[in-house]
Amino acid sequence: MTILVIAEHDNKVLAPATLNTVAAAAKIGGDIHVLVAGQGAGAVAEAAAKIAGVSKVLNADNAAYAHQLPENVAPLVAELGKGYSHILAAATSNGKNILPRVAAQLDVDQISEIISVESADTFKRPIYAGNAIATVQSSAAIKVITVRATGFDPVAAEGGSAAVEAVAAAHDAGTSSFVNEELAKSDRPELTAAKIVVSGGRGMQNGDNFKHLYALADKLGAAVGASRAAVDAGFVPNDMQVGQTGKIVAPQLYIAVGISGAIQHLAGMKDSKVIVAINKDEEAPIFQVADYGLVADLFEAVPELEKLV
Amino acid sequence: MKVLVAVKRVVDYNVKVRVKADNSGVDLANVKMSMNPFCEIAVEEAVRLKEKGVATEIVVVSIGPTTAQEQLRTALALGADRAILVESAEDLTSLAVAKLLKAVVDKEQPQLVILGKQAIDSDNNQTGQMLAALTGYGQGTFASKVEVSGDSVAVTREIDGGAQTVSLKLPAIVTTDLRLNEPRYASLPNIMKAKKKPLESLTPDALGVSTASTNKTVKVEAPAARSAGIKVKSVAELVEKLKNEAKVI
Repeated sequence: MTILVIAEHDNKVLAPATLNTVAAAAKIGGDIHVLVAGQGAGAVAEAAAKIAGVSKVLNADNAAYAHQLPENVAPLVAELGKGYSHILAAATSNGKNILPRVAAQLDVDQISEIISVESADTFKRPIYAGNAIATVQSSAAIKVITVRATGFDPVAAEGGSAAVEAVAAAHDAGTSSFVNEELAKSDRPELTAAKIVVSGGRGMQNGDNFKHLYALADKLGAAVGASRAAVDAGFVPNDMQVGQTGKIVAPQLYIAVGISGAIQHLAGMKDSKVIVAINKDEEAPIFQVADYGLVADLFEAVPELEKLV
Repeated sequence: MKVLVAVKRVVDYNVKVRVKADNSGVDLANVKMSMNPFCEIAVEEAVRLKEKGVATEIVVVSIGPTTAQEQLRTALALGADRAILVESAEDLTSLAVAKLLKAVVDKEQPQLVILGKQAIDSDNNQTGQMLAALTGYGQGTFASKVEVSGDSVAVTREIDGGAQTVSLKLPAIVTTDLRLNEPRYASLPNIMKAKKKPLESLTPDALGVSTASTNKTVKVEAPAARSAGIKVKSVAELVEKLKNEAKVI
């Protein structure tokens, strides 16, 4: 059994989600190869070669792969994937975009967002926004799977010494082209990788008040998130949204501030190790999942918390 | 330009689903069913394209049980011109649905196909991408903006960390994200008019499509419940607990 893991990267840096995906591959068992499809992504391939447990890195360097366009990358993965028992990618916006296209090209069903590996052909995944967990068995010759990063502890980024092999295959479907990208810039850690996350909800009242959360987050080295209510109200941009329709996070500590705790939000953070809720409504559903609840006015509690930590 | 919109009948998003005692699935008996929220956004986008004069005809299609006619009638009331139901009582996988949609695309030859990015029951997020693979069309998934000009469409996509815009040659596949638009409500006169719009029923057999699957759901369980913890009285007590009890700061 040999497993192909699709590296998540931006041609410069290997994204941490790749380490969680390799961890899922290690649970399945067998040789693990990593595919780096990109342009001028040699440094990414070198980083992938150092991941603990990886035995080979395939580096497909071509202008057609520079922006991860699925019309070009999927045929490459489908072609290379024919020699593998499993093809895994992180359930990031990129993995979700590419992998179903690969599965359809290989004429197999995909298993999306697994959170555990039961055996080489059986996996668990959340359905109905995490309100039920399905155990799914695949009889496909090549199992195509996306991995929810929070379900697997990352493997070590160092310790491996895999060989890097160049892949010549070039696919350019010519049906799509990249126009531009606008990425939010932040000095804070990335939401899905942060050890501590501070999130604000409708209770923040406006975008300006998020400054209280940024101050607390900077003191804790935390990322800042938001509920869908806060995003829909226009307080903060949508890439900060934690929830079923946003980012799924599972940090060591999650601090929910002024968040009522809609099912949609809980689905995105309930696997956090420790949950703190600060809300002035003591009936808020968020308190039903919080390890530590504080019924208080957030505009007094948050600045005080910032001083004391 | 003809636009094809795919919609799915799913449990209403306000329903708190319960897992069946025998772990065979979730209990859908006597539960309110609705159009998948992402599919509503897809219908709305098609209607707006028609209002702008970009789309000339909107065909709405659903793959599902006979009762999915209700969701198709809703789409007709919102502004779709005609409907196709591919009837199947079985629970189909995304690949099977994509194959059926491919057969409908072959028949209808739309320039643009709009789907929801995922259904809120299976949470697969696969069908649009798979349809794109089967048709060989370009795909603009998780769209927050769609602009058709000439023989191409610019799609702004919600990606981790921001937004990306791609340009796709038509025909193309678009899947909707939440912020693409805010769907309208159907007016009573339009609901009445929708009853007279054409609705064609087909079967997978008639389309010559096999819906065999390589995935089998072995069991469905309720997630591990998280028990409520304690209420602290002050910020000082909270900090003390986080430092000494939980040891997370």
